[in-house]
Amino acid sequence: MHAKLSIVALSIVAAFAFSACGQKEEPKPVAAPGAPAAKPEVVVKLGHVAPMTGPQAHLGKDNENGAVLAVEELNAKGLEIGGAKIKFQLLAEDDAADPKQGAIVAQKLVDAKVNGVIGHLNSGTTIPASKLYVDAGIPQISGSATNPKYTQQGFKTAFRVMANDVQQGKVLGEFAAKQGVKTVAVVDDRTAYGQGLADEFKKAAEAAGLKVVATEYTNDKATDFKAILTKIKSTKAELVFYGGMDAQGGPMAKQMKELGIKAKFLGGDGVCTPEFMKLGGEAAEGNYCSLPGMPLEKLAKGPEFKERFTKKFNADIQLYSPYVYDAVMVMADAMKRADSVESAKFLPAIGQTKYDGVTALIEFDAQGDLKGGAISIYQYKGGKLEYVETLGGTPVDVAKAEVKDAVAEVKDAAKAVAGAAAAVGKEVAAEAKDVAKSATEAGKDAVKAGAEAVKNAADATKAAVEKK
Amino acid sequence: MDIFLQQIVNGLVQGSIYALVALGYTMVYGIMGLINFAHGEVVMIGTLVTITVAGSLINAGMPVALAGMAGLGASMLICMALGWGLERIAYRPLRNAPRLTPLITAIGMSIVLQNLAMMIWGRNYLTFPPLLPKVNFELAGAHFTAIQVFIVVVSGATMAGLLALIYRTKLGMAMRATAQNPAVASLMGVNINRVIAAAFVIGSALGALAGVMVGTYYEIAHYQMGFMLGLKAFTAAVLGGIGNLAGAMLGGVLLGIIEALGAGYIGDLTGGFLGSHYQDIFAFIVLIVVLMFKPSGLFGEKTGDRA
Repeated sequence: MHAKLSIVALSIVAAFAFSACGQKEEPKPVAAPGAPAAKPEVVVKLGHVAPMTGPQAHLGKDNENGAVLAVEELNAKGLEIGGAKIKFQLLAEDDAADPKQGAIVAQKLVDAKVNGVIGHLNSGTTIPASKLYVDAGIPQISGSATNPKYTQQGFKTAFRVMANDVQQGKVLGEFAAKQGVKTVAVVDDRTAYGQGLADEFKKAAEAAGLKVVATEYTNDKATDFKAILTKIKSTKAELVFYGGMDAQGGPMAKQMKELGIKAKFLGGDGVCTPEFMKLGGEAAEGNYCSLPGMPLEKLAKGPEFKERFTKKFNADIQLYSPYVYDAVMVMADAMKRADSVESAKFLPAIGQTKYDGVTALIEFDAQGDLKGGAISIYQYKGGKLEYVETLGGTPVDVAKAEVKDAVAEVKDAAKAVAGAAAAVGKEVAAEAKDVAKSATEAGKDAVKAGAEAVKNAADATKAAVEKK
Repeated sequence: MDIFLQQIVNGLVQGSIYALVALGYTMVYGIMGLINFAHGEVVMIGTLVTITVAGSLINAGMPVALAGMAGLGASMLICMALGWGLERIAYRPLRNAPRLTPLITAIGMSIVLQNLAMMIWGRNYLTFPPLLPKVNFELAGAHFTAIQVFIVVVSGATMAGLLALIYRTKLGMAMRATAQNPAVASLMGVNINRVIAAAFVIGSALGALAGVMVGTYYEIAHYQMGFMLGLKAFTAAVLGGIGNLAGAMLGGVLLGIIEALGAGYIGDLTGGFLGSHYQDIFAFIVLIVVLMFKPSGLFGEKTGDRA
């Protein structure tokens, strides 16, 4: 009986409390009738996955920075989709570059009901995770997973904004042949990325007439490569190709030198980083690597992006952050065009993307691959990555860059002409001064002569008059 | 043949580093029967401290050799303090706990130290300042550097010094007594706490030395470098007979050579069926084989309940 009573009492108190609350809330809209009615705010959750721990943590942080920058800019701009104000929220996860961990955090993002996923960084983690995303119908755009398998699985949710390894391996193989070497050794780190790139490189190199004399393997956590390098040394390979990341590539190049191996070193995007040069030291110097896309400096929005990035994070762009930034932007763009933040609704819009991003004009083919991705070759020179050339890619992109170059050249030429004109003008002015001076003098003389003539004439007239 | 010789050189250097780290494991195990899995992290912290100290001293204009010595000194001191702290905070309260408890605590401490190092030094790879001149030698077709010679010599000398300490000093005698029977040793007037603390401190100092060597050899460091190194060194200690100092040394060198030869020849031996990516597997195959057929290791005494 007592218990019943107290429950009743409680519910009465509660009812009072609620009604009191309600009364308190009520006057609010009345208090500010003139103010525009606040639009409903919708939070859009974007998952981002990259290794934040382990040997590739520096690249993971770089990726995350790219995504953070994009999300902050989108929020600052205040997008409106479906009549609601959109606030993007980034759920950043760490997969430690480990395929198992990749699947675990992917499940976590699926459970958190994210609207879309940006990532993962590594092909090895992206491929198993993509299965979970497709099952949940969550669109996924990776800024850096380059293994062809990722988009070959036939998943309609899988996209990437970077050229894949078939394109890159081919360009690298042909480039190696152009270097005047006959024999190559191929090393990979047995990750989906490293192995995929090395296999494509091997195919292209053999097609270009090179002989693969050694195939060795390491792993993505190793620091000692002397045993496999010693073996490579015995094959007298003239070029060592490494399919893997900078954390291994740098020390590998260094250990090659220590073992007295004179072969050239060549690698893909994973070693095309400032970190590689830091770790490889002198051994990096003069060697080449490739990167999908065009160098930032050559792209219309590149230099400005770089400035914004370094200003915000006080760090250099390591590798993929511009691509991750574009991936976020592409997803937001698709949501805008579909006028919906629901995965199922904006997913088809991603396929129809035509977005002028920082890294390229982004369009996808039927598989979800970037259309006509260009590959650029770089050389490590004086502690910096120096752009050499761009191979492959849509003529538009390359032409755009060329036009940009040409414009720059024209600008330079115009500057030179202006400079020359100014110099000429100065000279002309000086000469004109001289001319004017002499003209004045000549005029003076003429006036004098005229006056004399007048005088003479007057005299003559005078004389004539006097004669008369 | 020159390839074989080169692989032996590679393995010897790598093995000397394993041996030096293994000494830290084996000393602690020998005295108190604890596998200190955080020892690899002590090595890592030794390397990172040296980078910070030596790197900033070199930047301040100090001669490289002097800065290197200062870096080594600082990292040894910090690691000794760390070893002492580990024992005092994490292991001493558990001295009479079941055996599994301190083992799990050790793994926990290893994770704590890794994350602590990540917070202090960041996620990026750090480059180790070049402390030794880069001189290349060539002998019978095998290339080696001054650093490699230095590593082998120093680790041999350290080993000799440690043996002298254990068998010729009073502290060493106390350590051996504690290893045999802590209760009786304590009745004989040995301060057990001090002896165990000394084992941790000395082991950690050796770890710091190993860390500096790893740093000078590979010229890179990272907050996770200690994990794999620690596992390999532990394997080396088991291979030689854990608890036995000479065994740790021999086990380390053997393991290094097995790994180098394994990675170099497995492809040819198996006709390309197995590749060089099985390099790390050798260490653990060795561990399994030893545990199956001779659990006490090459030099290990049959200690019954200890091993």
